[in-house]
Amino acid sequence: MKQMDKTRLPALFAATLLATTALVTWSAEAKTLRWARSQDATTLDPHSGNTGPNHVLGHNIYEPLVIRGFDGKLVGALATSWRVLPDNPSVWEFKLRPNVKFHNGNAFTADDVVFSIKRALMPAADMKSLLVSVEDVTKVDDLTVQFKTKGPNPLLVNNLTNLFIMDKEWSEANNAATPQNLKEKTENGATRNANGTGPFTLVSREPDVRTVVKKNDAYWGNAEYNHGITEIVYRPIPEAATRVAALLSGEIDYLQDVPVQDIARLQTAQGIKVEAGPENRPIFLGFNIGLPELRSSDVKGKNPLADVRVRQAINTAINRDAIQRVTMRGQSEPVGMVWSRFINGYDKAMDTWPKYDVAAAKKLLADAGYPNGFSITLHTTNDRYVNDEGIAQSVVAMLGQIGVKVTLVAHSLRVHFPGIQRGEYDFYLLGWGIPTFDSHYIFNDLYRTKTPSAGTWNGTGLSNAELDAKIDSLNSEVDTAKRNATIVDIWKWIKENDVYAPIHVQFIAGAMRSEWTIPTDVENTPKMKFLGASRS
Amino acid sequence: MSDPASKPQASAAPMGAIGRALDADLWFWFRSSPVAIVSAFVAVTLIAAALLADVLAPQNAFDAAQLNLLDGFTPPMERGMGSQMLFLMGSDDQGRDIFSALFYGTRLSLLVGLASVLFSLTMGISLGLLAGYVGGRTEMFIMRVADIQLSFPAILIALLIFGVARSLIPPQQYETAAVVVIIVAIGLSNWAQYARTVRASTLVERNKEYVQAARLMGISGLAIMARHVLPNVTGPVLVIATINLALAIIEEATLSFLGVGLPVTQPSLGTLIRSGQKFLLSGEWWILFFPALVLVLLALAINLLGDWLRDALNPKLR
Amino acid sequence: MVAYLIRSVVQAALVMLAVAFIAFSMFRYVGDPIASIVGQDATIRDRQELAESLGLNDPFPVQFGRFLANALQGDLGISYRQGRPVVDLLVERLPATIELALLSALFAFLIGLALGVYAALNRHGVFANIVMALSLIGVSLPTFLIGVGLIFLFAVQLRWLPSFGRGETVAFGWWTTGLLTESGLKSLIMPVVTLGFYQLTLIMRLVRAEMLEVLRTDYVKFARARGLSERAINFRHALRNTMVPVVTIAGLQLGSVIAFAIVTETVFNWPGLGALFVKSVEVVDIPVMAAYLMFVGLVFVVVNLVVDLTYFVLDPRLRGTGAVPAR
Repeated sequence: MKQMDKTRLPALFAATLLATTALVTWSAEAKTLRWARSQDATTLDPHSGNTGPNHVLGHNIYEPLVIRGFDGKLVGALATSWRVLPDNPSVWEFKLRPNVKFHNGNAFTADDVVFSIKRALMPAADMKSLLVSVEDVTKVDDLTVQFKTKGPNPLLVNNLTNLFIMDKEWSEANNAATPQNLKEKTENGATRNANGTGPFTLVSREPDVRTVVKKNDAYWGNAEYNHGITEIVYRPIPEAATRVAALLSGEIDYLQDVPVQDIARLQTAQGIKVEAGPENRPIFLGFNIGLPELRSSDVKGKNPLADVRVRQAINTAINRDAIQRVTMRGQSEPVGMVWSRFINGYDKAMDTWPKYDVAAAKKLLADAGYPNGFSITLHTTNDRYVNDEGIAQSVVAMLGQIGVKVTLVAHSLRVHFPGIQRGEYDFYLLGWGIPTFDSHYIFNDLYRTKTPSAGTWNGTGLSNAELDAKIDSLNSEVDTAKRNATIVDIWKWIKENDVYAPIHVQFIAGAMRSEWTIPTDVENTPKMKFLGASRS
Repeated sequence: MSDPASKPQASAAPMGAIGRALDADLWFWFRSSPVAIVSAFVAVTLIAAALLADVLAPQNAFDAAQLNLLDGFTPPMERGMGSQMLFLMGSDDQGRDIFSALFYGTRLSLLVGLASVLFSLTMGISLGLLAGYVGGRTEMFIMRVADIQLSFPAILIALLIFGVARSLIPPQQYETAAVVVIIVAIGLSNWAQYARTVRASTLVERNKEYVQAARLMGISGLAIMARHVLPNVTGPVLVIATINLALAIIEEATLSFLGVGLPVTQPSLGTLIRSGQKFLLSGEWWILFFPALVLVLLALAINLLGDWLRDALNPKLR
Repeated sequence: MVAYLIRSVVQAALVMLAVAFIAFSMFRYVGDPIASIVGQDATIRDRQELAESLGLNDPFPVQFGRFLANALQGDLGISYRQGRPVVDLLVERLPATIELALLSALFAFLIGLALGVYAALNRHGVFANIVMALSLIGVSLPTFLIGVGLIFLFAVQLRWLPSFGRGETVAFGWWTTGLLTESGLKSLIMPVVTLGFYQLTLIMRLVRAEMLEVLRTDYVKFARARGLSERAINFRHALRNTMVPVVTIAGLQLGSVIAFAIVTETVFNWPGLGALFVKSVEVVDIPVMAAYLMFVGLVFVVVNLVVDLTYFVLDPRLRGTGAVPAR
């Protein structure tokens, strides 16, 4: 740290000088992208947290074997080609990109891949849920690795798009050989430092304040990806109004997560354009059905949420159209399941939700034995999803109309997520991005019984052996038709049981100064290296 | 800037607090001060509105079940899309009538303000009396603590107390406990001024003969002294309390604005301003504007009254 | 004189000890010192072993002593939220807050002094009365509303000034400053005005009141009778005598300014200690809260000490006697 500061001063003077001259001769050569968003990554450790804000920063600095473009299509990153071995459907082989160097100059080899995947499989790594089917990773030669799966897994490659490769040597030398455990309160060498192969190198990191990366001149893809960005300054700004004001006044170039209430205004503002579209991320409410008695309810001795009629009542009492129209100002699509139309397994015919009907909901509650309703606490984030707290407030009001008295606890994602993972909530709001674009990813994390490697985000207490068996069978089913049939089967079970109350798929909007064109990324993790391809 | 606290008006004959407040003299001064009349009018109107919230407000803004989401963001003087109700001052993002929310919000702000002033008043007077009467180390200790407390801004102390309370109270119960926590937090951060004033006055009384006599007779002098000291300090304490009321209301609004105060489902003026801030840029100015206006009016009226009261009670300035 | 100095220092030390005591109590009994090290999933045995090795079973005075010794060595524990040493967090954010607070205090002092003198000398002037009336409104305007109003006007409508953050900063070792870049300076304007506003009105009213009082005293009347020019009377005599209480109050307010930065920093997303503190209260990060309390306590004690000493220099009557100025 100290050493860096000494060198930083002249560099900053130079940068200031440059900035002033740049005002006169603005060139496409020196281009800084000042990027703001509502919240920061919880850590730079690429395997610790499986959340969007972490991956957004990760994709600048680190690289996965394969990566998705803005449209969601798979492209090779550190891998140049991949295939299932023809003679053994349980083995995937990846050919690695030659002549790739880490930011510190170390060469990238198969050892790093083996190290990173094993690291991501460790208990403290949140990313392990993407690797449940992986049994072993082995090096074949310096530029070839093989993934051995527990039975055939035809979709493994889809799970690797956010699995970043670290430098084995650097990680071991810098106290980062094991991932930082976010549930505990410790940090390791990779929490605030990074050594990836990505298009940008880390210059400085101040959590919650700013993270600066600069162009990696040694990047293997510099010729291919002509993004033209020399530096990215990434700043979390929690206040929505401040964020928008910053863009309007020209302090930032790109604003991710534009507050829905400001989209219209920004669209008409001069020198600013807005790109909006649905994200591959359903937003929903989780019910704790596993507890014998809810912690926050006045109903004692039994759990009202364990009764499917109560869950149906709540589902029926939610006015999804009103949430779409008012809370989201049209920037969402209601959904009937915890899914999105982008994924494998989506079925338009099943994407229905109960018609909003207060009387019917009240009747369901009465049938279940709660004619006067009951009380419960709803936990939500207030800094993660588009209008998360507003949606939760609307739900409180709507449930109030059927006699369910909801206490709202809105807090930061840093408090909320560990709470869900520890199963601490009775009733909560959550959103689920689906990086694999496959139903299994939803089933495995949200519906499967909680084990160290699966059901990580299942805070509902749901545990159904039959369902688990079906979910696990998807891991190894090679016959696509059969696999898809099982998926349909599972969705049918889900439809009947209402363990979650799905609300909508949120739209995401990015606003930028007009000299930039940053398309909407369906995963809401825009990878800036692809910009060259789409910029005019 | 004269400080009424430091000079107890020893000459004034002991009088009941109410008698003192209705002092004909004071009434005369009141009638001749247009500022006082206007601010009293504003304050009384707002207080009456707060008291009669249940009768006057078109909607119970604290009852989530009465809100209709489709009414959300209705501009002032328009009818909501859902309920067809007329929204005099518009509605917020949840379809809550701002006009109604002002009644309830003002009530909540006043409640927190008054209760916390009462809290610090009681605490300050008791400690002040105790310090003045007992003297010695107890006095040293109490007054030292008061010194320290006075040097730290109330908002910081309130935030600290709030943070501690928050870690002790489980989040589920927090919503119900929030009002009490905030009253205690603000109350605990403002008691020192009363203690100082009362102690100064007590010191004067302590050596008077009747106290000595009571002591000799074995009666606790404290009770007797309280009866003699309290009327003497009514004036200064009233001035401090009035100005503190304005401060407490602002303090509550600030805490709520910082997001560590009262919950969004039961918005005080500060909470309303906090949620209105989000919509400032998108053109829904009314969500922030009206609560902010009421807050400033309320604080200003009470401040002006306190200022006037201080001048009126200070014979030097007449 | 020596007695006076010693007394000031001892008092300061005692206050600091009291603050440290509160901070320690929070740290030890409200927070969970073990959770700050091993996390909440640790087994009971692990926790007991750790409690033993950390000395959490030692008698209270021993623990408090250790806390003090650690604090003196700059070890204030680990943040629950960020998992980093609290001292690092404080040091990182210290420059932002100090810069903001000092500039605000300077702004409040200079403008407040000027307006106060003007209002006192032109007691019945129209402008002076407008200023006085505005100052009363200013007292009733919550800081956060001033900030929001300024942002709306200057950042959103006029787009003259940035609405958040420090702009570009230049680093000197661990210290960072926004004073050397244009964006840094521009970023300072609104937060400084917002933070300094309350103090400005306070100082202005104080200066005016003190000036009026001094101008009424016999020696000013005497000076006037001697035929000294108005200017000399006003500035050499009246203002000078006003300065003692004004400097005292302004100095004592510095602690308040730093603590009040909590609100301003939140409104303007200023990466300082106050914003850190609010975030910590929100997520109940006890070690950071305790450390912030210690920091503000330290500032308060140092400021008091300095004011005491300044008093001593400014007020010749104090020299030679052991008298402590009445506060």
